Amino acid sequence: MNDIALADIARNLLDGALWTLGLSLTSFALGGLAGLAVLFARIARHPLPRRLAQGYIEVFQGTPLLMQLFIIFFGGGLIGLEIQPWLAAALGLTLFTSAYLGEIWRGCVEAIPKGQWEASASLAMTPLEQMRHVILPQALRIAIAPTVGFSVQVVKGTAVTSIIGFVELTKTGSMLANATFQPFLVFGLVALGYFALCYPLSAYSRILERKIHGARAH
Amino acid sequence: MAYAFDFSAVLEHRDALLAGTGRTLLLTGIGAVAGLALGIAGAACRAWRLAPFDRIFAVYVELIRNTPFLVQLFFIFFGLPALGARLDEWQAAILAVVINLGAYSTEIIRAGIEATPRGQIEAAQSLAMTRPQMFRHVVLPPALARVWPAVCSQVVIVMLGTSVCSQIAAEELTFAANFIQSRNFRAFETYFTVTAIYFLLALAVRQALILAGPQQRGRRPK
Repeated sequence: MNDIALADIARNLLDGALWTLGLSLTSFALGGLAGLAVLFARIARHPLPRRLAQGYIEVFQGTPLLMQLFIIFFGGGLIGLEIQPWLAAALGLTLFTSAYLGEIWRGCVEAIPKGQWEASASLAMTPLEQMRHVILPQALRIAIAPTVGFSVQVVKGTAVTSIIGFVELTKTGSMLANATFQPFLVFGLVALGYFALCYPLSAYSRILERKIHGARAH
Repeated sequence: MAYAFDFSAVLEHRDALLAGTGRTLLLTGIGAVAGLALGIAGAACRAWRLAPFDRIFAVYVELIRNTPFLVQLFFIFFGLPALGARLDEWQAAILAVVINLGAYSTEIIRAGIEATPRGQIEAAQSLAMTRPQMFRHVVLPPALARVWPAVCSQVVIVMLGTSVCSQIAAEELTFAANFIQSRNFRAFETYFTVTAIYFLLALAVRQALILAGPQQRGRRPK
């Protein structure tokens, strides 16, 4: 009897975990694209896009993800849009991700020595060519470790979307805990599920970090 | 569809907003003090490889940093009573914040401790300092000063994260928002106002922490 219950719980949680995984991948991919736009605005020559991007980043880093989701979820109704939880979840997490990745990547671009810009400028490269051929290839190497590290924050962020009714791992867990009266077991398994998703990413980002630091020491 | 914004419907409930803000700050404050104390203890155990605590803290840090705060909160509030530990919503919220911040600050402070120059330790040893004395007077203060900006960021992140404590009915700022919007049905205005309050809180808390925190000393004069 108990074994069957456990198998049921596990199967349902696995379903929830797939939604968590799907939402994480979507937000990370779309957030990465939008993050590139934020990065380019953040390092633009003209002060206007630079300030706008800075404000964007500050707002998303200075307010709770839950509030961002609430505003999207309830704000859509204002302009007559019926926003489904999954859409609000994906949109909210994408914006959140883009702000953080934009800022992380800016740090990577600025870590490239000024001389690289000057040298490529002296070769009569346009700013776009400088970015494309000289700066980004080097910045990319530095960016991989913190980007992988940040993906853990995205996976953990998806848990908050359960509050606006998106049925992922945490929401599945809440429903199962109510149905089975075994919250200790269920939330323990939920935590394990997140750990299984996140730990490999954190461990990998640490390995990458060590590699880069090792390479720089030479 | 034309929509008339009505923020006065939100400001009517300023008492609830004020109370919620106060409780969010209180939760963050208690959590920060206890969480940092836990982090200092953890960092000392990790940096000095104090068996078996170094292992215990290593596992704790990995577990907490790789699971969402919301799940930790649910586990504490809904799960622990199964073991006979019944906590009310505030005790659960505070415990969750302390455990969460403790894990992050263990890692942050450990990085500061490990950056201590070898000569400082040797100098302290040559003065016949005991290990606890050395930690208290030579290692910890500059280590904290070194990583203080990261500590401030983490406290702000944790404060924004407490927003989900409304889910276990802890009556903090987000709980106040949910309460207000269920009264006036002005969801957008309510959440917008509360988001703005969080934003200002984040700025203020960071500034206050930076000003109140340890300053890096011993820099070469310019």
